[in-house]
Amino acid sequence: MFYRENGQFKTSYRADQQIFAIAQDRWAILALIAFAALGVPFLADEYLFRAILIPFLILSLAALGVNILVGYCGQISLGSGAFMAVGAYMAYNTYIRVEGMPLIVALLAGGFFATLVGMFFGIPSLRVKGLYLAVATLAAQFFCDWAFLRVGWFTNNNASGSVSVSNLSVLGWNIDTPLQKYWFCLGFLVVFGLLAKNLVRSAIGREWMAIRDMDVAAAVIGIRPVYAKLSAFAVSAFIVGVAGALWGFVHLGAWEPAAFSIDRSFQLLFMVIIGGMGSIMGSFFGAAFIVVLPIFLNQFLPALGALAGVEISTATVAHAEAMIFGALIVWFLIVEPHGLAKLWSIGKQKLRLWPFPH
Amino acid sequence: MAFFLETLFGGLMAGMLYSLVALGFVLIFKASGVFNFAQGAMVLVAALCMARFSEWIPLWTGLENKLLSNMLAFAVSVVFMFLLAWLIERLVLRHLVNQEGVTLLMATLGITYFIDGLGQTIFGSDIYKIDVGMPKDPMFVLESIFEGGVLINQEDVIAAVVAAVLVAALSLFFQKTGTGRALRAVADDHQAAQSIGIPLNRIWVIVWCVAGITALVAGIIWGSKLGVQFSLTTVALRALPVIILGGLTSVPGAIIGGLIIGVGEKLSEVYLGPMVGGGIEIWFAYMLALVFLLFRPQGLFGEKIIDRV
Repeated sequence: MFYRENGQFKTSYRADQQIFAIAQDRWAILALIAFAALGVPFLADEYLFRAILIPFLILSLAALGVNILVGYCGQISLGSGAFMAVGAYMAYNTYIRVEGMPLIVALLAGGFFATLVGMFFGIPSLRVKGLYLAVATLAAQFFCDWAFLRVGWFTNNNASGSVSVSNLSVLGWNIDTPLQKYWFCLGFLVVFGLLAKNLVRSAIGREWMAIRDMDVAAAVIGIRPVYAKLSAFAVSAFIVGVAGALWGFVHLGAWEPAAFSIDRSFQLLFMVIIGGMGSIMGSFFGAAFIVVLPIFLNQFLPALGALAGVEISTATVAHAEAMIFGALIVWFLIVEPHGLAKLWSIGKQKLRLWPFPH
Repeated sequence: MAFFLETLFGGLMAGMLYSLVALGFVLIFKASGVFNFAQGAMVLVAALCMARFSEWIPLWTGLENKLLSNMLAFAVSVVFMFLLAWLIERLVLRHLVNQEGVTLLMATLGITYFIDGLGQTIFGSDIYKIDVGMPKDPMFVLESIFEGGVLINQEDVIAAVVAAVLVAALSLFFQKTGTGRALRAVADDHQAAQSIGIPLNRIWVIVWCVAGITALVAGIIWGSKLGVQFSLTTVALRALPVIILGGLTSVPGAIIGGLIIGVGEKLSEVYLGPMVGGGIEIWFAYMLALVFLLFRPQGLFGEKIIDRV
């Protein structure tokens, strides 16, 4: 009764083409952003910011980038961790090597270099597809792992390959408390989220989806596969690169190549699959799920053990965590292969009829 | 020259071991279209099972004979891998029929986490030894041609022979037995195979079981070389370029691809590595496979990919 577009008449093309065509959606998004920016700081404590909220914001940004490539353009990539690493290390180099470099420009520069690397490793996608491509993108992962560990220039000749940044500030506004970090990441996420949402319904977004659904057919109707695939790699790598730079600069502060290992790539892909391929909303759901689940298990299992009167060692907890995580992933794929976003859209569909179904 | 030959032989032997792991991937992909990322975890859990049972069986039964207890441990491990295959088919694959490739890939990643956790919960997470009595001493060959001869690890030679025997046995199994024929039919076309009465589910259990046994053999060989520990799972990542080089659906491709990758890795590490700072073997294999894919997208022996609209 409340959630429907009936009666909302559009009188201009502008109004017809806005991102959220239904007024209720618009208000809900605005309310959500306002709540995230103003409400959450009152509710969350420092631990929540550090352990859950900031990782969630940054990883949903990364998942958004991966979703553009995997979900919208259909090019399976296992190299996302590498693009994050490129973003982080190149942002670091831009930041320390150029005198007086503004923080935001450095982060975006990280994204720019990730774009270049992403496009380079996207070239095989012109020849191979599907699972072959997935394995081929692993090349990016292993090459970057190696390069950041062994090539001294990237890490400012630090032997262990670890780098650190401190005293971050934007236009005289220091970013050091968790709350400020949270706001900073939230700002990035909102801007990139809206950009991505807009991009996937534009001409180029439709090209990506055409390539995903059947690339030969797309080529036949006049979509240039080279352009569509490489642009998907570029946009995806840019967003993932910026997320990687944020992860290094804002979340970790000091990091080494292992922070962006192949496990990170898998994690991002999990977020996309569990959240829902080809859905911006799904990236957020997936990131929330994957960020919260291990923390929940970590807290919950020892408590459960104590309840049963058994002392569970940390090693056992770690192994049990892995088992439950794996089992949950499989279970999720079985019960809802289209991800959490599908549940969301089913819910929305139901809401249109509620409370008077036919 | 002798040094070059040594490197070459070393590469060939390492390549043989890669192809053992790669075989497991290819078997499963051929029969069920599942890209099984869990192969590495299966190698680990099989090796753990073998290592622990060969330790436990003498303890429990007081068996003195080493060979006998190893054989028993092997038998137990085979049963274990069979159970694992059955459970995977029953609980996972059966429910994911007709899903997209990437969903299946993710499911096997979930299985990887599960098996890693399970294996280490049951069998412990320390470093264990497998001792199947493989000779460790190096030997020298071709002493008549080169001064000092060419150094070869006996262990590697035995591993290569085992791998070759396994491959021969598998090809016989695929070509000559009824089950093998059914496997090939399923690989060709699921629906057609089902329509002539081949039970898909049973075929999948069999193929996962065969892949489990290859994982066991690979695990024993790798385990007796490196010790059984968690890092054994990374062997699977080393074997991935092998299968895309050889073709995802080709058993000979896995062998030839393994040899090429093994030799390429060793030669690049020895001759190119010092120039760029070493440690390049892991990505060099991927780059080699990648460059190759640009010219032949389906791999060396893969079936030609035909797109229809």
